[in-house]
Amino acid sequence: MSVTEAPDSVGSAAAQPAPATDRARAERRLGWYLAGPAFVVMLLVTAYPIAQAFYESLFKFRLTDPDAREFNWLNNYLVVLSDGVWWQAVGVTVLITVITVAIEAILGFALALVMHRALTTLRPILRTAILVPYAIITVVSAFAWFYAFDINSGFVNSWFGWLPGISENTNWFGEFGTSVTVIIASEIWKTTPFISLLLLAGLAQVPEELQEAAKVDGATWWQRMYKVTIPNMKAAIMVALLFRTLDAFRIFDNVFIMTQGANDTEVVSFLAYRQTISRLEIGLGSAVSVLLFLCVVLISFLFIKLFKVDLASARGER
Amino acid sequence: MDEGQLSRGTKAWWWVAGVVVIVYALFPVAWIVSLSFKTASDLGTGQFLPTTWVWDNYDNILRGDAQDLFLSSLRNSIGISLIATFISVVLATFAAYAIARLDFPGKRLILTTALAVAIFPVISIVTPLFNLWRNIGLYDTWPGLIIPYLSLTLPISIWTLSAFFRQIPWELEQAAQVDGATTWQAFRKVIVPLATPGVFTTAIISFFIAWNDFVYGISLTSTDAARPVPAALAFFTGASQFEEPTGPIAAAAVVVTIPVVVLVLLFQRRIVSGLTQGAVKG
Repeated sequence: MSVTEAPDSVGSAAAQPAPATDRARAERRLGWYLAGPAFVVMLLVTAYPIAQAFYESLFKFRLTDPDAREFNWLNNYLVVLSDGVWWQAVGVTVLITVITVAIEAILGFALALVMHRALTTLRPILRTAILVPYAIITVVSAFAWFYAFDINSGFVNSWFGWLPGISENTNWFGEFGTSVTVIIASEIWKTTPFISLLLLAGLAQVPEELQEAAKVDGATWWQRMYKVTIPNMKAAIMVALLFRTLDAFRIFDNVFIMTQGANDTEVVSFLAYRQTISRLEIGLGSAVSVLLFLCVVLISFLFIKLFKVDLASARGER
Repeated sequence: MDEGQLSRGTKAWWWVAGVVVIVYALFPVAWIVSLSFKTASDLGTGQFLPTTWVWDNYDNILRGDAQDLFLSSLRNSIGISLIATFISVVLATFAAYAIARLDFPGKRLILTTALAVAIFPVISIVTPLFNLWRNIGLYDTWPGLIIPYLSLTLPISIWTLSAFFRQIPWELEQAAQVDGATTWQAFRKVIVPLATPGVFTTAIISFFIAWNDFVYGISLTSTDAARPVPAALAFFTGASQFEEPTGPIAAAAVVVTIPVVVLVLLFQRRIVSGLTQGAVKG
């Protein structure tokens, strides 16, 4: 994010940074009085806990046995990183994230195109409909998809029994591949609207004249898409992908409701939850939490460096 | 696009595309609604619709066995989400005003922090809070959830509101100052009325996020005292140990979805602009 410069800031103060006039100083103080509380609260609810998590991750500590608490350096990290359970969880999380985001990008783009070009009579209806999955509780979405595929209460088996591999007795939650498929389906249904709304806003920024010019030059629909539309909304696409990737990487609700991590579907967030809340292994759980946090930092870093995601332009700051 | 020029065939295709989108968005909702009207014996038929429509499941969660679990969690969810939304919108309104209108060092720091907090993995906050809350008595209380909920609602509120506030014609504020109003008066009398729609939209989005939370709800509560709806849904049990709680869960899911759908129906245009302005200039 670039600091917004002169045209947007209060004239005199920005024009002459030093020496600060009384008015500029008063404004600066007021700025921090107004924004300070929000800033402090944000730090208190995140920076402090993650620091605490890091501290606790250095101890061998189980709540059921508090007397045995002892400092053991980075040993918890060694335990976690040398355990197949962690790498399995990372693998599943990455798998779910990559598939989900890839499908959502395409589906979200298609939805955005339909909404962008839809007839004026249809547009408000579509926008309302598309907001429903966004606004619904993830747990509710998870239950809806779970019960649809569930062998006892579902309709999927009887509706799609004619497809090869699906019968009355297909137990979707009995093995890895099918469980993950349903988890991904629920995740995609629930979060594609968000991505499509961001892309829709991006589409609206593509200058119509460019499209017209390309049309006059005889460009096909695909050519216009690749040469005009997509390059002109690259910032919106990247921001949408970044947000969704990070969000998908934290996946928890769907897994908790549908499989509780059974059949190797345990994701990283669920592993941290299980260590801390179920097994009361505060030390190990904290280590997993810190590692998850580092993964998220790494992903953001990669996005910003590799894809040059420019959050400033995306925020509308020139 | 000039719609007058569209041929009948093209128009028909747009309607088809529109219907596909609507079915996509509403089908799982229709399924959970249908499920909530099924009798226990009707669950295993493999059919989408119930053979007989009954209100039993709603009766169960609102007046019957499951009412303690459901109604208390509903109360918790509404109360906790509203308070968390209120606090974060108030804090964010002041912060966003400062970011959009005042010149002070640290603007960039605050926005970057909001972004960093927004992408923070929730479970990483839960682990330390779980232990801390137990020690200081906040475990399984309303404040014990309201405080961490701020990590969800505050960043998006700051982000969305500062985008809204940037669009307010701030010459009006200057005009008020020329007329003798102080900075504070200019804020209160001129900007606040202009900003109200943005604040309101931010509150709705923030409420959705708090209402949706599951990780905090399930990790930091243990009883009816503070457990919110999403967590309670995961704890529903059938009338007997041989009976799946499918029907009551579906009915409870429908009940908690209704307010969300109503808000969306009433304010869809505002919500869309709020969601997109925060991230992309719309």
